[in-house]
Amino acid sequence: MKVTIDNITLEVEPGTTIMQAARMIGPEIAPPAMCYYEPLKGTGGKCRGCLVKVTAGSEKDPRPMPKLVPSCITTVQDGMIVENTINEQVLETRKGIVEFLLLNHPLDCPVCDQAGECHLQDFSFEHGVSSTRTVEDRNTFEPVDLGPYIKLNMNRCILCYRCVYAADQLTEGRVHGVMHRGDHAEISTYIEKAIDNDFSGNVIDVCPVGALTDRTYRFKSRVWFSKPEDAHCDCDKCSGNVTLWYRGDEVIRVTGRKNEWGEVKEFICNTCRFERKKTSDWVIEGPTKIARHSVISANKYGANLIQPSFSIKQAALAYKLIDDDRDRSFLPAKKSLPSSEKK
Amino acid sequence: MKILTEHIEVPGIETIDVYRKHGGYQAVEKALKKMTPDEVTEEVKKSGLRGRGGAGFPVGMKWSFLAKPEGVPRYLVCNADESEPGTFKDHYLMWKSPHTLIEGMIVSSFALGANTSYIYVRGELMYVIHILEKAIQEAYDKGLLGKNILGSGYDLDLYVQSGGGAYICGEETALLESLEGKRGNPRNKPPFPAVKGLWQCPTVVNNVESIAATSWIVNNGGDAYAQIGVGRSTGTKLISASGHIRKPGVYEIPLGITVEDFIYSDEWCGGIRDGHKLKAVVAGGSSVPILPAEMILTTATGEKRLMTYESLSDGGFATGTMLGSGGFIVMDETTCIVHNTLTFARFYHHESCGQCSPCREGTGWMDKVIKRIELGQGRKEDIDLLVDVAKKIEGNTICPLGDAAAWPVSAAIRHFRDEFEWHIEHPELATQPGAVYMRPGASWSN
Repeated sequence: MKVTIDNITLEVEPGTTIMQAARMIGPEIAPPAMCYYEPLKGTGGKCRGCLVKVTAGSEKDPRPMPKLVPSCITTVQDGMIVENTINEQVLETRKGIVEFLLLNHPLDCPVCDQAGECHLQDFSFEHGVSSTRTVEDRNTFEPVDLGPYIKLNMNRCILCYRCVYAADQLTEGRVHGVMHRGDHAEISTYIEKAIDNDFSGNVIDVCPVGALTDRTYRFKSRVWFSKPEDAHCDCDKCSGNVTLWYRGDEVIRVTGRKNEWGEVKEFICNTCRFERKKTSDWVIEGPTKIARHSVISANKYGANLIQPSFSIKQAALAYKLIDDDRDRSFLPAKKSLPSSEKK
Repeated sequence: MKILTEHIEVPGIETIDVYRKHGGYQAVEKALKKMTPDEVTEEVKKSGLRGRGGAGFPVGMKWSFLAKPEGVPRYLVCNADESEPGTFKDHYLMWKSPHTLIEGMIVSSFALGANTSYIYVRGELMYVIHILEKAIQEAYDKGLLGKNILGSGYDLDLYVQSGGGAYICGEETALLESLEGKRGNPRNKPPFPAVKGLWQCPTVVNNVESIAATSWIVNNGGDAYAQIGVGRSTGTKLISASGHIRKPGVYEIPLGITVEDFIYSDEWCGGIRDGHKLKAVVAGGSSVPILPAEMILTTATGEKRLMTYESLSDGGFATGTMLGSGGFIVMDETTCIVHNTLTFARFYHHESCGQCSPCREGTGWMDKVIKRIELGQGRKEDIDLLVDVAKKIEGNTICPLGDAAAWPVSAAIRHFRDEFEWHIEHPELATQPGAVYMRPGASWSN
């Protein structure tokens, strides 16, 4: 199937979503995802951050779709033409979505453990506006401990439902969910029951913001001061493939390994996450590859570990010299190319 | 011309014997014994009946979209979760004449090949649920429901399910989630319910009034139904008239009478109360755009506006509105539009399910800003802010609740901007009890 996203055409399998196709092209083109989480079934469609314009539905029916569509749950049709970063309406709407998500967000990044690896920070930095139009009071909640390992700060939650899906799909019997409606809805357990399950810690990894954080890591460090190393161990419950976060010689945090979209590759168990915090527990594989733009990689790995992405390669291939045969005889003869053309 | 409410005032019409004496259940006998399901669907298509729940989608077309894979059950679900502010027609119909709905359910289920059907009733209407359950029991006793109905070999079980009272459960996919026993969050579409609905099986969700109308169509033929009305707006419609009129209530009108007639004629609303003057009308339930008096009576082209889907939406939202669910709210000159808009905004803030961010945050934001204006603390930029927020919600949400929340706000500002400005510029006047902005030259009464 052929799909064109932002004038870049590629072949994809039937059943691919627009989001997946855009991710194949590269991070410049991929729409932001706040609620969509590929490893979890059924996620997506809620945050509306990934809305894109479909200017032609398919080869057979080339009419544009009347509304913006969520790219994470819309499957591509043969000959579909999608506009993401080149469409004014999409960008304008995205500004609105950032504004909506931040409307009741406390903006307490300076004291939030998630800062530096927060998707909402990235989303608002890339797509939001720098000024605010709100003067209203924000809805506030008290932070709650969900058992010994997990801290819930509902103020920061954007109700992406990822943790609900994670608990549904990774654990036997979910004990937390969304209560109430509208902007007073909250993630909660039944009468503040502890979340106690071998895989419950994964809700921390899937949370795009700082609503669910690791109590054992609370206020220990900023993520950009810590150094991630891939490591593994023999674990009878999970794959044992993790990322260790070092500060000096001390392991201050253990998380699952994440791909370039911030999605966990293999979910890990609570023993690995919360109990094994000595280097001797692990076999170190080497530094984790972190995207160059990420604040986590700041001042750590000078070399560029990221290869030029598909879109840049494609742009280079498509580059053509301008066919310009106008009479230039009246111009003084060129002695050397200006420096900008030398490249 | 009355179709649904013809015998509604007959004493005892809620019992099956009286109902049958007045021609009840003839449609069931005719459909099950003499017609095939496809013939029933064909009649409904011919009738041009459009969904009475608000969107006005042709019922016959909706039925023909129903996927019919082998070995998979199909369902008909009646949406009786009528919660739109200003709309109370289904409640009236079910309460007065429950068998009208049940007869329609049997005929429609037969046409769709559904062997199990549900009536999802709003939780607040518990006494209506009791009435329906009693009526369903009567129908079972007479062999009109259950196995082998009237010896035709067709089986149908009909259940009444009570909702929890959430407005969002009137949205068809949220209704299905709720019916399955889950939290009433709307689903992402596609897949549409016609393909994957209740329990992931093909499902048709129709409004009470649409389903009730099908039995008359079977009895008298689709062509007879299409004779009533104007153009693509065929048949009759129940209108819930409320507000500052002499005779509020539920009226069954043939589509195509003029709005002026409907408001001022003694047959219907009987005019504005106590000699007051008409100020504005919300023509189809709280979610449709409000229109000022001069625009509701005439269309953009200067013709008289009719009570039809097309005429009411003439000129788009710049000059038009929607027939919607038929919640006809009339306001006279004593109504403060800002206060009224606040009431609507507060409702949508309270009823947003909170699943998708534009609606969850936007409805709350609009509510807070309008409240500020109403309390005399508005800022000049607030009006444009509201317009912008409404624009960013509209069309970007999972279900139509976002649109429903945005339209009344943007329409109120579109047509009554001066009133909002007055609230902001003269807070000391606007916050007086009962204060209403009068346009220059306007007066309280004729």
